[in-house]
Amino acid sequence: MLDADFFHRWLAAAAAAVDREADRLTELDSPIGDADHGSNLRRGFTAVVATPEKEAPDTPGAVLTLAGRQLISTVGGASGPLYGTLLRRTGKALGEAPEVSEAEFAEALRAGVDAVAALGGAALGDKTMLDSLVPGVDALPTSYAAAREAARRGALATIPLQARKGRASYLGERSVGHQDPGATSSALLFEALAEAAGEAPGE
Amino acid sequence: MRMLINVAESVVADALRGMAAAHPELAVDVENRVIVRRDAPVAGKVALVSGGGSGHEPLHGGFVGPGMLSAACPGEVYTSPVPDQMVRAAAAVDSGAGVLFVIKNYTGDVLNFDMAAELAEDEGVQVAKVLVNDDVAVSDSLYTAGRRGTGATLFVEKLAGAAAEEGMPLERVEAVARRVNDNARSFGVALSACSTPAKGSPTFDLPAGELELGIGIHGEPGRERRPMMTSGEIADFAVHAVLEDLDPRSPVLVLVNGMGATPLLELYGFNAEVHRVLRERGVAVARTLVGNYVTSLDMAGASVSLCQIDEELLRLWDAPVHTAALRWGR
Repeated sequence: MLDADFFHRWLAAAAAAVDREADRLTELDSPIGDADHGSNLRRGFTAVVATPEKEAPDTPGAVLTLAGRQLISTVGGASGPLYGTLLRRTGKALGEAPEVSEAEFAEALRAGVDAVAALGGAALGDKTMLDSLVPGVDALPTSYAAAREAARRGALATIPLQARKGRASYLGERSVGHQDPGATSSALLFEALAEAAGEAPGE
Repeated sequence: MRMLINVAESVVADALRGMAAAHPELAVDVENRVIVRRDAPVAGKVALVSGGGSGHEPLHGGFVGPGMLSAACPGEVYTSPVPDQMVRAAAAVDSGAGVLFVIKNYTGDVLNFDMAAELAEDEGVQVAKVLVNDDVAVSDSLYTAGRRGTGATLFVEKLAGAAAEEGMPLERVEAVARRVNDNARSFGVALSACSTPAKGSPTFDLPAGELELGIGIHGEPGRERRPMMTSGEIADFAVHAVLEDLDPRSPVLVLVNGMGATPLLELYGFNAEVHRVLRERGVAVARTLVGNYVTSLDMAGASVSLCQIDEELLRLWDAPVHTAALRWGR
């Protein structure tokens, strides 16, 4: 069973990963976006982990719902509402239970990913964060390590795609050949999840 | 990096502090990133709120004041503001007559303003929204996020702002804003990439002797790269691109807009060529504005925006405006 501490560990690991990879995310965002993905997400996740311990929520659902609200209030751009919605809707789907099963979490995260797709109007293959979120959540029932690998492969698979949503879509064919920064940061969430679950680091 | 800044993280806050120092007629909330005309809320008047990423100055903060915006929400550089800013702005300027959100068509701006509209309505503020999508460089297909909002934002903010100042109710101000957007188109070219403070170097590589056609305003490259052209050739290309999409049957407003690093000497020369092309195409010009209004940091280049007008829109254009960047008639 997963308790609130597990989700605090996940968010802390995600914040550390975003901080570590921020420059690379911004670098990926410069040929096809506007060169700020890393710095924006870093600002948001810094706010998420800065919640004082005494105010930290104590159910899995509340931890994620609050984190989502904080991302919406601090990130800006498209990433703020999209990542905020992902966590908020996952948290809402978890309800008020003090502990949730891994299957319940996988199902809730699926609801979060569906909400992201609905908000952005994007689908798999549009060269967006969904290209790693969808394979990641598909593999989650197998293991955290499998989800991490699936999301990572999903991010790499965006390289040959032409963007059909988001700012990169304005480049048309010129978006081909670049790895999507949103899919790359989404893969970090699964990496952090595996870390929170105590999986050995991947390659 | 050669930038007149302290650190990248504080560029927006530093600029807002400077804006406050220069313009006592504005109430600048540096911490919450909201710029409000000091006399707001104005009784009985519809309020206009806009916002978007910083880096496009004077858009939007420079257009706050009587006759134009009631408030502006600057986001981080090239990053849309967050819903909290817009909700705060709407609450500060709403007199009870309602608020019009002027939104440039970019995914981030649209998502954050949509969330803000819902939250503001929960707080009892009547909100209408208008989406600006004037950039003809992007084909409006099912498979993209639609056309970008660029230079015509100035037309929408000025003309709808004047309508609100005249005391029109929210539905009519919104209708004016939509009519302006429907009748306005833009096309931009870049002669250099721009450098964001976060990255500190050009966002894309544009070799000397080449230019990008069909750029937006976020430092992204355009749709096509070509060998350098003369000002006259660029004017031919840009104006034709706009007129392919907009066939004006009445006089137009012309905005020849600098992207930030192109001097007025070049912009005025470019404007002469734009007027030549319009004359050749039989398009009458009612008013012209030349300068840096919707910029892209330190990018060199320019955009051309045209807006077909009628008598009412011309009256609204000539109506007094008193903002940091646009000021006439009073």
